[in-house]
Amino acid sequence: MTAELGLFALTLAFAVALVQSTFPIIGATKNYISWITLAGPTAITQFVLVALAFGCLTKLYITSDFSVLNVVQNSNTSMPLLYKVSGVWGNHEGSLLLWVLILALYGAAVALFGQNLPPALRARVLSVQAMIAIGFYLFILLTSNPFERVFPPPPDGRELNPLLQDPGLAFHPPMLYMGYVGFSMAFSFAIAALVEGRVDAAWARWVRPWTLAAWCFLTGGIVLGSWWAYYELGWGGWWFWDPVENASFMPWLAGTALLHSCTVVEKRDALKSWTILLAIITFSLSLLGTFLVRSGVLTSVHAFATDPERGVFILALLIVVIGGSLSLFAWRGPQLKTTGLFQPISREGALLFNNLCMTTATATVLLGTLYPLFVDAVGGDKVSVGPPFFNSVFIPLMIPMIFAMAIGPLLNWKRGDLFGALGRLKLVGISSLIVTGATWAWHNDGPVFATLALGLSAWLGLGTLVELAGRIKLFVPGAGSWARVCRLTRASWGMTLGHMGLAISIAGMAGAGGWTQESIQTMKPGDTIKLSGYDFTFKGVHQRKGANFTSAVGTFVVHKNGIYVTNLSAEKRNYPVGKMQTTEAAIHTTLGGDLYAVIGDHDGNDGAYVTRLYFNPLVVWMWIGAIVMVLGGVLSLSDRRYRIGAPRQSRHGHAKELEAKSMI
Amino acid sequence: MRISILTIAFSALLLADSLAVEPSEILDDPRHESRARELSKALRCVVCQNQSIDDSDAALARDMRILVRERITAGDSNEEVLDYVVLRYGDFVLLKPPFKKTTLVLWLGPILMFGMALLGALLFFRRQKSATSLMKCDPSAELDETERKRLNALLGGQKK
Repeated sequence: MTAELGLFALTLAFAVALVQSTFPIIGATKNYISWITLAGPTAITQFVLVALAFGCLTKLYITSDFSVLNVVQNSNTSMPLLYKVSGVWGNHEGSLLLWVLILALYGAAVALFGQNLPPALRARVLSVQAMIAIGFYLFILLTSNPFERVFPPPPDGRELNPLLQDPGLAFHPPMLYMGYVGFSMAFSFAIAALVEGRVDAAWARWVRPWTLAAWCFLTGGIVLGSWWAYYELGWGGWWFWDPVENASFMPWLAGTALLHSCTVVEKRDALKSWTILLAIITFSLSLLGTFLVRSGVLTSVHAFATDPERGVFILALLIVVIGGSLSLFAWRGPQLKTTGLFQPISREGALLFNNLCMTTATATVLLGTLYPLFVDAVGGDKVSVGPPFFNSVFIPLMIPMIFAMAIGPLLNWKRGDLFGALGRLKLVGISSLIVTGATWAWHNDGPVFATLALGLSAWLGLGTLVELAGRIKLFVPGAGSWARVCRLTRASWGMTLGHMGLAISIAGMAGAGGWTQESIQTMKPGDTIKLSGYDFTFKGVHQRKGANFTSAVGTFVVHKNGIYVTNLSAEKRNYPVGKMQTTEAAIHTTLGGDLYAVIGDHDGNDGAYVTRLYFNPLVVWMWIGAIVMVLGGVLSLSDRRYRIGAPRQSRHGHAKELEAKSMI
Repeated sequence: MRISILTIAFSALLLADSLAVEPSEILDDPRHESRARELSKALRCVVCQNQSIDDSDAALARDMRILVRERITAGDSNEEVLDYVVLRYGDFVLLKPPFKKTTLVLWLGPILMFGMALLGALLFFRRQKSATSLMKCDPSAELDETERKRLNALLGGQKK
């Protein structure tokens, strides 16, 4: 019954979406009040129905109902409850259901909390949301039904992929989807604005919180995935430039650009049509990411061609959404009038420069990801585009941007003083040169990029502090710095923390990328290996039994200069149902670096094992930086101005404006 | 070994998990070994999906790793080793594709795009400059009467 109820609810949600996608948007144009007011209730109903469908699938998983094919393929009675639940979205059909659930959730949030939006705009936004939803409902109902029954039901299921049975990865897809789908809000607002033919500061204020929320989730999702790769895959790698990673990274890059250009629309009423275009691009990349991962096109163009049903559907959806929205943009975009003018050297100019670098970076990642597919499809040679390509193109693109990130916030709106800003950064520049030089003197064995990256990290971090100090007039006696700290808006804290977080992360990436130390060997119990000043003593292996796996646990005792540091227990797990082995690295985190131990295969009869020991410098900085970035996003999101959603010039912004005017 | 997060998250790709470089493969001379590791990272395991031979536990990757080490021990320079491997497996093994006719777009694309973006910005500023003299800014003209009332109500609501 539950499966049928779920399917019924999903079909009903589709019907509701049909209503939601047509009446409100027509009503907004014709000014039929009753049609406009339909938007809210339909959005909420749609959400309730999808939530019901999702609830049904979850119940089927929790109760291990093996009369449902999807449960058979991805669950097993011996799995812990957490992974039974995460199994719901750990597969194709379920993850699409999660996609529409989140889409409906955002729609319902607009319906419930968007009371201060003009009714016509709200109606249009919700209609566009429903149009996207229709595409996905059709996809699920026609090609990917999660509620399909199987007869006769098998006694037990096949188990979720053991690599996915991990707390970090259980929450990775929902976070990622909250981000992906969240950009649909920016998209819907952009389409609504194009239909209405109007973009202003108020519009930017309504779009920004949704974009920001999506950005925070996407950042969190990417980092969670990266962190998982770091501790689960067994050698300390955290980013591989793999097409599926790129699929989530492209919307992130474009979304970051969108956040910055939204600021310009909001504060200065400029870059409007560009911002609209970016909103369309960002969501298109989210859809493209779904297509890349879902269609099987990545494995091989030929696999895609032989089983094309799902792939062709997503491709068609992609063409309709992207083609349609870009056509609308080409038609209505030029009518958007801009009033805010600015010089190239100005805050807006710096934000535009950010956009320039970010979009080029996005395009580069897109090119590198699709190039092998493209060459393969046109029948050329097979080409590999791997990490060395991305590193050699992406990193040089980021250097000027990060360099400019410290300068931009010091420039005034409209017209900035570049030499003044550089003057304020003189000490920062000297300090970062010292950092680079000291790193070089201390460890000139690492790659040049890593050494430079540490210098850039110092430049950005200290530069951000200088900007903050300037804003609160820290070094001006009697300026009441503390009072100024209290008066800073949360949005401005968001900027400071966002930039600071990136600076911290860059240091982590440089450390982990540049100076990882590794030792691979066979160790007998009692053997000691010295690595980066730490003595790892192998204590042997014992067996352990988990809920649905058995595990060989290798223990190491670590000393530094004879003083006990920690015990490391690395596992090698065997999952009998899925017939798979996974490694669980043992990690001891310090600010200076991670001690990382992995146990390999049995070697000989005297209890000897292959062991891999690593010292990964500064890795934790990467995660700390990411948390700081997300924290900045959340703080900015909680800014009162955005919650009220009313265009109001802050006192600070107003003063800046006057200052800028007086300069002309 | 390395698998990307989403591949498995979405397609439940099954891969046995054992690790790449084995102690028996490691060369005695640490300088040779570190060169071998560096080269291995740039070479693709041709039977895997987007994995370098340094990360892969496939048998073929192991053979290629050993081949690289043999060439290094025989006194080849890094370029000679790569040339040797490419001769046997084709350009496909290079994770950083060589600059040639079929990869022209790949390598020049980013530079071209950055140039176009710069040009776009330049044109934007030029057009803005010529528009300045023509345009009369009157932001308030964009609001109609009801909107202005609403705005005032909202602004008034915030002042205590």
